[in-house]
Amino acid sequence: MIGTSTVSTDIAQAAPPRGRRRRFSQLSRRDKTVLFVMVGIPAFIHIALVWVPALLTAILSFMKWDNVRPVDTAEAVGFRNYWEIFTIFDNQLFPALFNNLVLIVWLFLCSAVGILLAYLLDKNLKGTRVYQSIYYFPVVLSVAVVGFIWKSVMFNRDAGLLNILWPGDPIDFVGDQSKLFEFNLPLLDFPLGLSTNFAALLVAMAWRHIGYIMVLYLAGLKSFDPSLREAASIDGCNEWQTFRRVVFPGLKPINVVVAVITVIEALRAYDIVAALSEPRGTEVMGTLVTNSLTGEGGGYAGRGSAFGMVLFLLCIGFIIWYVINNFRERDA
Amino acid sequence: MSSGASVQSVGDSRMKRVLLQTFLIVVAVAWLIPMVAALLSSFRYFERDTQVNGVFSWPETLTLDNYREAWEVGGIKNAFANTMFIVLPALVLILLLSSMVAYACSRYSWKFNVFFLVLFTAGNLMPQQVIFQPLFRIFKNTPWPDLLSDTDTGSLLGTKVAVIFIHVAFQTGFCTFVLSNYMKTIPKELGEAAMVDGASVWRQYWQIILPLCRPAFAALATLEFTWLYNDFFWGSVLLNQGSERPITSSIAVLNGQYASDYNLIAAASMMIALPTLAVYLALQKQFISGLTLGANKG
Amino acid sequence: MTGKIEKSPSPSEVGFSLMSRRTLLASAAAVAAGGVVLAACGDDEDEGGSGGGGGDAGGEVTFGSNYSDEKPKAAMQAAIDSAGLNVKVNTVDHNTYQENFNTYVQQPDDVMCWFAGYRMRAFAGKGVLGDISDVWGNLPDMSEGFKNAATGLDGKQYFVPFYFYPWAIHYRKSLFEEKGYAIPNNWAELLELCEKMVADGITPFAAANDGGWPQMGMFDMINLRTNGYDFHVSLMGGKESWTDDKVKQVFTNWGTILDYYQPDVNGRTWQDAATALGNKEAGMYLLGTFVTSNFDAETQQDIIDDIDFFAFPIIDPVHGKDAVEAPIDGFMMAKSPKNEAGAKALLTALGGAAAIDAFLAVDPSSVAANSKAKTDGYNALQQKSAELVGSAKYIAQFLDRDTDPDFAAKVVGKAIQDFLADPSSIDTVLSTVEEQKQTYTFE
Repeated sequence: MIGTSTVSTDIAQAAPPRGRRRRFSQLSRRDKTVLFVMVGIPAFIHIALVWVPALLTAILSFMKWDNVRPVDTAEAVGFRNYWEIFTIFDNQLFPALFNNLVLIVWLFLCSAVGILLAYLLDKNLKGTRVYQSIYYFPVVLSVAVVGFIWKSVMFNRDAGLLNILWPGDPIDFVGDQSKLFEFNLPLLDFPLGLSTNFAALLVAMAWRHIGYIMVLYLAGLKSFDPSLREAASIDGCNEWQTFRRVVFPGLKPINVVVAVITVIEALRAYDIVAALSEPRGTEVMGTLVTNSLTGEGGGYAGRGSAFGMVLFLLCIGFIIWYVINNFRERDA
Repeated sequence: MSSGASVQSVGDSRMKRVLLQTFLIVVAVAWLIPMVAALLSSFRYFERDTQVNGVFSWPETLTLDNYREAWEVGGIKNAFANTMFIVLPALVLILLLSSMVAYACSRYSWKFNVFFLVLFTAGNLMPQQVIFQPLFRIFKNTPWPDLLSDTDTGSLLGTKVAVIFIHVAFQTGFCTFVLSNYMKTIPKELGEAAMVDGASVWRQYWQIILPLCRPAFAALATLEFTWLYNDFFWGSVLLNQGSERPITSSIAVLNGQYASDYNLIAAASMMIALPTLAVYLALQKQFISGLTLGANKG
Repeated sequence: MTGKIEKSPSPSEVGFSLMSRRTLLASAAAVAAGGVVLAACGDDEDEGGSGGGGGDAGGEVTFGSNYSDEKPKAAMQAAIDSAGLNVKVNTVDHNTYQENFNTYVQQPDDVMCWFAGYRMRAFAGKGVLGDISDVWGNLPDMSEGFKNAATGLDGKQYFVPFYFYPWAIHYRKSLFEEKGYAIPNNWAELLELCEKMVADGITPFAAANDGGWPQMGMFDMINLRTNGYDFHVSLMGGKESWTDDKVKQVFTNWGTILDYYQPDVNGRTWQDAATALGNKEAGMYLLGTFVTSNFDAETQQDIIDDIDFFAFPIIDPVHGKDAVEAPIDGFMMAKSPKNEAGAKALLTALGGAAAIDAFLAVDPSSVAANSKAKTDGYNALQQKSAELVGSAKYIAQFLDRDTDPDFAAKVVGKAIQDFLADPSSIDTVLSTVEEQKQTYTFE
């Protein structure tokens, strides 16, 4: 099955021989140096501009600093910033955490829809290309455009499309912070719940997320060995069984990627919320971090960094889970 | 059910196809509604049509005036040039650097290759705002010759080079991940044959592996172009000169005075979306086939 | 839009629609040409006045501008041209400019556009602004009030005022005439008027709060009328308790007119609310005078001409109508500008009458700070604005300009949104504000 002209899905099918990777020690000194440079330059840029600032942010989260005065005016305050965000700013932190949690669940549902669409499009029906382009379309739009479309064209209370189609009283999709459902947690003196405007925002997010996942999964499906699927259907599996028992497990690596992208997108969510001017009820961790660290009011670098570290720790948890799943077996 | 009478099964599958097509069309229409609404409004006048008759009234006249005005007021030409100045070098660097790391880590086994893959991948998943403040200081304190940038700030801060750097630092992670998965699917024999011929590590990389990675490059170029092109955050926090800012800031410019002139913003939105759309449509086929994220173990 | 928490705009950002877009550029060019002549006369004066500092007043001065919209941008260019200096303008869209000011000010242009009051003092206190007390020696036409607004806590000046614009209750004259409504002088009359409007099928108050800032204006006005200017300033300075009965009274008063608001305030943009005022669905609208910029000069001149305003009614006779809210916009200098002499010359020129005359000729949206500026060209709203502010004993800026901007946006702004969503929750809301206030360091 190996293609001769290009290496694409064909070669991909031919399971690569494992464990035959070149040993580093067998290389000449010159080759070693070349390899070292090849990894060294990108690694230096990456570490210097991503990991070092991340470490500094971690340090800043234990400091009090106004972002503007020289850094040496920063003073250590121990865990004070953390204490503040968990007790005094609890009415911002916990709704944000809850919204992020809702987003994780929601985006997983969206990912499932994306996978379904990918699976349907993989059947090579008429017009597959067109559908594929349409579903993917929102992904290529910039956030400013997406924000404009939803806030002004769709959600606007007085003239938005959704309110024109809606038969009842107009709904303030942007500003209505009343809760669709709510519950109380033991240590909080206010209820948590899903507010109307955040629910509306979920629709806008789904619009973007589904196409993204659809394309990723489609790429996976295209490289899936069709003979396995045929074998399954000869064995009497119906379509759902084939998908569930053969295709889905066979695509485990890509499932992991989709799961990680979904979780990280949910945790990092910021831009669409900001584009809708982040009314009360739609706060997520991303907006709390950004407002404290970059806004004009961003004179509280320590607190912002503490918000940032909470977000970072949540992300890193998933990153570690992902890394274990993705690298352990194949590089053993 | 697979062994049913053939006539019935043909009827069945036609029925199924019709249902499937209907479903896909319904979803597609739902997907397009917001876009079409925005597109339509970009061809209308605001004050004497939309504002008077309502956003979803039948337009009195269609016009290209919004496009012309958005083009002029939003400074789209200059902003587009800025974006290209950032995106194209960044794209080339990202693909080059990440393919080097991917090559070194996926085709050779040495002590730290897993570590580096993890480092790059995890870094890419980090929330960007978290690192902004320290990064700002780092750029501010890094001297940079004015000769190598088009501004005279004396430091990296305020130059497009800084934006290129941070894009490279961030996006190399994702590309390394995709490319290393892709390279693992290339048979080792290819490299070994070259080794026997006495090819150096660099020649193997440059002459054998890189050309084979074209589909993956196409896929990554599409994705990365979209991401870099649509970046607003780094472009606005690192560039202090309005005339240096990328195209995403054009909408922000239009958003003040004309905040309620939806039609004008819609026109700008459409223009801004065009390049990414064009890139996607042009590379669509390679995009799907090259995005091997580590599937197919057979 | 992509900015994070939005701030109240200034008319420079939104512009007035008193002139059509097409005539705009022509008039800008005309004014610019005139400005050069004026500047040629005023040049010697500037040179003499701006002593000290390095650089050459004739060299290039960089100017950071948030006047990004078409008309204000042209107006600002006219003002700069009137100075006759070699100025390189860096225009950034106003929302991003404000959002990023914290970082921008660390790599600034020589002269920067900014706002008076706490918002200026905060940066002066952080030591990132240049002392321009000597420039004030050349600004004899600025009143003492403006000088105070330009003065940092250390007693030095860091700001040159350019213009201001008041907040007031706007209405359509024709509607009031047609229905026989009278301008309410006090709170009872206001409530009475609201009842009449309801009976006539009109929503008394157009109301918006998208971005979290528009309703800060209502809080300010009710607080100024209920508790007076001194208490307001003290509250903004973090010196009063937000759980004080006086603050609660503000929200109680506010609660009595909430029933007369357009429903669903939190998600509406100020422009959509202005449209409701324009087509007479709503009777009154508390906003800055930039409200008219929502209407197009070419097709809606009748609406623009029909819009008038009145001062916020009296709540407590002790305070009467002695305070007005009128944000001041102007300029500051960087801590160490590349061309200090040039920067000071530019600031001196911008503080002069010629610059603001040139600006207002293109964009007549506000009122000159300079007392020698031409007022005969003022339109009716400008004249009324000048009178309103002139007759006021106290001038407040705006909530997000009078206190820590972070506190304004993240604590008070959110509290107001919570109050509007559920007025009965006010006790919890205020105790949260008081608790969170403790983490801020007010000056």
